[in-house]
Amino acid sequence: MLELIITSTLNGILFGMLLFLMASGLTVIFSMLGVLNFAHASFYMLGAFFGFQISRWVGFWPALFIAPLLAGALGAAVERFGLRRVHRNGHVAELLFTFGLAFAIEEVVQMIWGKSPVDFRIPPSLDFPAFSIFSTNYPAYKMFMLLVSIAIFVGLLVVLKKSRVGLIVQAALTHPHMVAHLGHNVERVFMLVFGVGTALAAVAGVIAGPALVTQSNMAALLGPILFVVVVVGGLGSLPGAFVASLLIGLVQTFAVSMNGSLAGAFGPLSPDYAQSWLSDIWGVTVAQIAPIMPYVLLVLILIFRPMGLLGTRET
Amino acid sequence: MTELASRVAPPYPQPSERIKFYGLWAATVLLLLVLPRLFGSGGALTTFSLIGISIIFSLSYNILLGQTGLLSFGHAVYYGLGGFLAIHAVNLIGANKLPIPLPFVPLIGGMTGLFFAALLGWVSTQRSGTAFAMISLGVAELIASSALILRTFFGGEAGISANRTKLIRFFDWNFGPQIQIYYLVAAWTVIAIIAMYALTRTPFGRMCNAVRDNPERVQFVGYDPHVIRYLAFCFAGFFAGIAGALAAINFEIANSAYLGAVQSGTVLFSTYIGGVGYFIGPIVGAIFVTALSLGLSDLTSVWQLYFGLFFIAVVTFAPGGITGLLMMHRPLLKGGTLAKVVPYYLISLVPTLAMIAGLVLAIETVVHHTVNPGEDPNIRAFGISFNASSPITWLAALVLVVAGFYVARKTWIRLAHAWDEAMTAARDKGHST
Repeated sequence: MLELIITSTLNGILFGMLLFLMASGLTVIFSMLGVLNFAHASFYMLGAFFGFQISRWVGFWPALFIAPLLAGALGAAVERFGLRRVHRNGHVAELLFTFGLAFAIEEVVQMIWGKSPVDFRIPPSLDFPAFSIFSTNYPAYKMFMLLVSIAIFVGLLVVLKKSRVGLIVQAALTHPHMVAHLGHNVERVFMLVFGVGTALAAVAGVIAGPALVTQSNMAALLGPILFVVVVVGGLGSLPGAFVASLLIGLVQTFAVSMNGSLAGAFGPLSPDYAQSWLSDIWGVTVAQIAPIMPYVLLVLILIFRPMGLLGTRET
Repeated sequence: MTELASRVAPPYPQPSERIKFYGLWAATVLLLLVLPRLFGSGGALTTFSLIGISIIFSLSYNILLGQTGLLSFGHAVYYGLGGFLAIHAVNLIGANKLPIPLPFVPLIGGMTGLFFAALLGWVSTQRSGTAFAMISLGVAELIASSALILRTFFGGEAGISANRTKLIRFFDWNFGPQIQIYYLVAAWTVIAIIAMYALTRTPFGRMCNAVRDNPERVQFVGYDPHVIRYLAFCFAGFFAGIAGALAAINFEIANSAYLGAVQSGTVLFSTYIGGVGYFIGPIVGAIFVTALSLGLSDLTSVWQLYFGLFFIAVVTFAPGGITGLLMMHRPLLKGGTLAKVVPYYLISLVPTLAMIAGLVLAIETVVHHTVNPGEDPNIRAFGISFNASSPITWLAALVLVVAGFYVARKTWIRLAHAWDEAMTAARDKGHST
């Protein structure tokens, strides 16, 4: 039992940190441009596929740097030539633009790499067990993922809170006109933030690619969970996104590892249910409903705290 | 007060306008009646049925997006649940020999859509804008994932099927042949269009528009925007349920794809491409998108990519959709200055088409090399043969895209100038809309 709790906690924090790598970019972009980038998970997918292709050519370590750069450049280009033009048509048009983009990126990935999963392997230098808890070996690659995401999280925090660039970004979030009057190119700041945000998503893609499945539907699988994270945390709130990422990461990992069901818990009490269509609800295990846990959480949050955990802003 | 009312109220419609209005409806009904006589083949009838279903679904979506300003990513939930309940209803009615003929089954679907919209809508519509869009997505994922868990009711991956001919006959029709299904769909389409058009003319319809444009002011007038959004959501769910039930009757099956993200995306595409600003927009979009997806899927394997690119182009360059684009020309037509713009259209058409051709060439070549690399390099796309591995093809694609874009951009700028001049001339003559 203790073993299960420790491994699930580690896995949950890992999944949560991966989610936060993406949710942080999404949140900052939302606060700045007022648009929720529907294609954010697509950049995560692009990161994974770029990482796969580049690691085939020159190895995993260069890929870890080149793939996010490429995806980030692509993201900046999307902002510069796409979103900025659509901006004058309003927020709905911007959201729909990114929706169409997500659709198109998935089709392009499917066209180039096919529909079946690609063989993206853990680099040999990290393919060993880091330590063992009781009887289970915990892979070193997962520790590496955890370290990378924590390092980026700390780096992001320092840049945003301590550096001059972070100061300008923070100012541009709330007072874009004032920042422009002070002589900063706010449009370029927006473009760079978009580029960095998508690059962070791509980093998550490169490190998650070998551990999870690199497939053309990975954006469609993760995207909705990502939006749940930003809504649950409160739209535009970075600390909220952090809390919500960890929460959802832990909830989902713990749910997957549990096997209980209503039938298991109350089985002897009422065997009549087992015959009707209610048997589905009766017999389903917690592990089976793990995929819907984030959405249940979303509905609960919306009922009890519509602005999100740490959100203040009404949109 | 009377003076104010006489100024604010629209003038009483002239008899000629009334004839035009009712004539349009009569012509629509007449067209739907004679369509099977003109195109009687089975494939055409299936296409018409699909278009009819898509029209109801898109119009119901536009109650949210166009009229109330709610961008939903999960409208297929109500469509799918309507479809599932309709299938179960057909099975139940058939098994118990209940005296309910098939034409009333879509109403069951509609009630299902209404019920679930009423259930889920209150939470969903608490907020508008981006938050609503994300919530609708989350709720849709919740329902779609639950559908795979509740296997007995939703039938898992395979879905639930039914036999529509087992119901009691309706005026000697058993709804086996596609032609009878076509008339069923056509009748429901007309009813739904009239109902939804009437809805836009009610005070409630106007309040929806007000909530879309300025929710704060709606509160000052004494309405609760949340309640109005909720009611609009319920109406949209009702009509989506009807569309879903018709789809289930048409295919005699309902599966989890009905509820899924793809279905929600498709209705969003067809509504937006048609144009959300006019009532007729989603109708145009439904016809266009259904015909396009059926036509394109025969021509190329990556039709969805073209579809996505087309959607991006519409969002970027024509936010009003197809109807918005056409309606832009109304003042020019009335002012008689349309002829000034036409030559510029024709000029800019040439490089634009060249650019698109280059893009298509590039995509098809890439597809050939990635999807079926070992096969004969001489491929056909859109009825044109070319050699996918020769460097000439690559070069041609590159030149067409780059040069086409460069020249096209110049012609677009000149077109914009000509447009402005024609518009000014039309405005001087007193035709501004």
